[in-house]
Amino acid sequence: MPQIERGRWESLAAEPEFRALVRSRRRFVVPATIFFIAYYLALPISVGVFPQVMSRPVLGPLTLAYAFALSQFAMAWILLALYLQRARSFDVRAARIRRQETHEVLDAQQ
Amino acid sequence: MFAVFVGITLIVTYWASGQSATSRGFYAAHRRIGALQNGWAIAGDYVSAATFLGITGLIAFYGFDGFMYSVGWLVAYLAVLFLVAEPLRNTGKYTMADLISFRLRGRTVRAVAAISTIAITLFYLIAQMVGVSALVNVLLPRFGDIAAIVVVGVLMLVYVLFGGMLATTWVQVIKAILLLFTSIALSLLVVAHFHFSLGDFLHAAAAVPVNGTATNLLRPGLLFHGALGAWNLVSLGLALVLGTAGLPHILMRFFTVSSAKAARTSVAWAMVLIGIFYLTTSFMGLGAATIVGKEHIGRRLYAGQAIGYIARHPEAEAPLNAQLIRNGFIVPKPDSNLAAPLLAGNLGGSLLTAFVSAVAFATILAVVAGLTLAASSAFAHDIWFSLVRDGRGDETEYLFVARATAFVVGALAIVLSIALRGFNVAFLVGLAFAVAASANVPVILLALAWRRFSRSGAIAGMVCGLVSSLVLIAISPVFLGARAIFPLDNPGIVSIPIGLAGAILGTLLIRDRESEAMFDQLHVRATTGLGAEV
Repeated sequence: MPQIERGRWESLAAEPEFRALVRSRRRFVVPATIFFIAYYLALPISVGVFPQVMSRPVLGPLTLAYAFALSQFAMAWILLALYLQRARSFDVRAARIRRQETHEVLDAQQ
Repeated sequence: MFAVFVGITLIVTYWASGQSATSRGFYAAHRRIGALQNGWAIAGDYVSAATFLGITGLIAFYGFDGFMYSVGWLVAYLAVLFLVAEPLRNTGKYTMADLISFRLRGRTVRAVAAISTIAITLFYLIAQMVGVSALVNVLLPRFGDIAAIVVVGVLMLVYVLFGGMLATTWVQVIKAILLLFTSIALSLLVVAHFHFSLGDFLHAAAAVPVNGTATNLLRPGLLFHGALGAWNLVSLGLALVLGTAGLPHILMRFFTVSSAKAARTSVAWAMVLIGIFYLTTSFMGLGAATIVGKEHIGRRLYAGQAIGYIARHPEAEAPLNAQLIRNGFIVPKPDSNLAAPLLAGNLGGSLLTAFVSAVAFATILAVVAGLTLAASSAFAHDIWFSLVRDGRGDETEYLFVARATAFVVGALAIVLSIALRGFNVAFLVGLAFAVAASANVPVILLALAWRRFSRSGAIAGMVCGLVSSLVLIAISPVFLGARAIFPLDNPGIVSIPIGLAGAILGTLLIRDRESEAMFDQLHVRATTGLGAEV
């Protein structure tokens, strides 16, 4: 691994390609994090505040609370699949930045 | 059965010992663990005996409210996936403190991070080892509990000392396979008992006879109820969901793979495996309640906190039982058994019981080995080499210190666990999660995302999170019973904001230009993997 000089990190951080990668990562990760925490906390809050409603059977004897709890598994797996799909493009873009940078450093050293 | 597991794992350890001759091999298995293998190992590291036996028991007793734990512990991995796994792999070497002190250079930051790591792992470690003695009491009555703690402790030390991360990983993988196989088999047997009719199974769970009246285990509120029920649930939920992203032995697993992409893929595998396991807890728990019958499941299935409380206040047992009966529960009998092994006995005879008990032991061994490695790396890497020796010292010294620390941590855990036998296990696990969520997580996230975040902020955040969660648990009902000053069992809802506020205030008070200047470098490294440790 060629050594990257100190000042180089700052200019890398300012490059449009890097900024775009950070932005698209954030555009997924921030809403997804807010969503999963809100969806998860909705379970204890609804169970604690409306125990009667949540005790109602919805699917045969299965209560609304239990169905909601099971839906959290689906939620977690769906978000996981979405993220894995998005991350493929992040990987490609990160690899491009890495490749460019190591070439540039090698050129500068020659 | 258990002997077979020990035999196989010792062979693996012998084979791995040749590959642990460097610090990189010892702590990170040369970063050559595959993503799938690491996913199994994360599952093996994470699902402890407290989960396997404890949640099954809680669901058998309290139905839905017990299942809440399962949900929280799976959803928690989304935080690991989105926020910490990849940046950690890209910027760290062996420990979480590497990431924090990457831009927040300085001895105090690293020392505080190492101390909080060691505190979390010790609490967790002791909880697991104390769990061993409880398990032995019930499953193998002719075997003393002190002997069991010593046997588990010594075996764990053999894995860690000779096999390092590679052997520990394999122990965790083998254990995860056994555990998943067992829980799926038990769940299938439960469904088979109801002639493969999910409807019949759920109807039975919705009307479990207790004292002649039918109790609906699918209904919420059997464990958490009353005015503070909702607050308790939310506070516990927050600590579970955020705490996992700060557990050192889980974070350490991301240093064993080759890249950020492999770190992400291993979380994905872990989420699939852990999710399947947690789904089976419903079948096992409700199955135990309906097939074995609540009245036959033992006193150890009281929520962990009640066991500890009764142990210290025997006079409180009678009123507590009266209260349980009022709430529709049969008081557990002292001579009865645990839910999962008992269910196995009912469905598959004594062979299956022995198998399930052996799996429970393997589970404890794997988790304990991972924890010891995490505590040892925090001490050897962060405190000894970065602080005492200022980065000097060669490989031989490094390995010697690493092994010596692992030995001391293991020995300390054995002694403390014997001293704390019969102590409240839920208390220790709750402490570990609350400290991780309050002290580690805010600081990790701010270090990654906030340019202005400073050394004083990191120190203030970790100290505030650590102290507030320790103090709040010490004055909570878990510890003080009816005389509690703080009303909730889990401090998360208060201590996480305190940790975050400490970090923000500490940053705003003292400006730290040097750390700000390093932000770009950390940001580029964390996002792209440029210059990552190989």
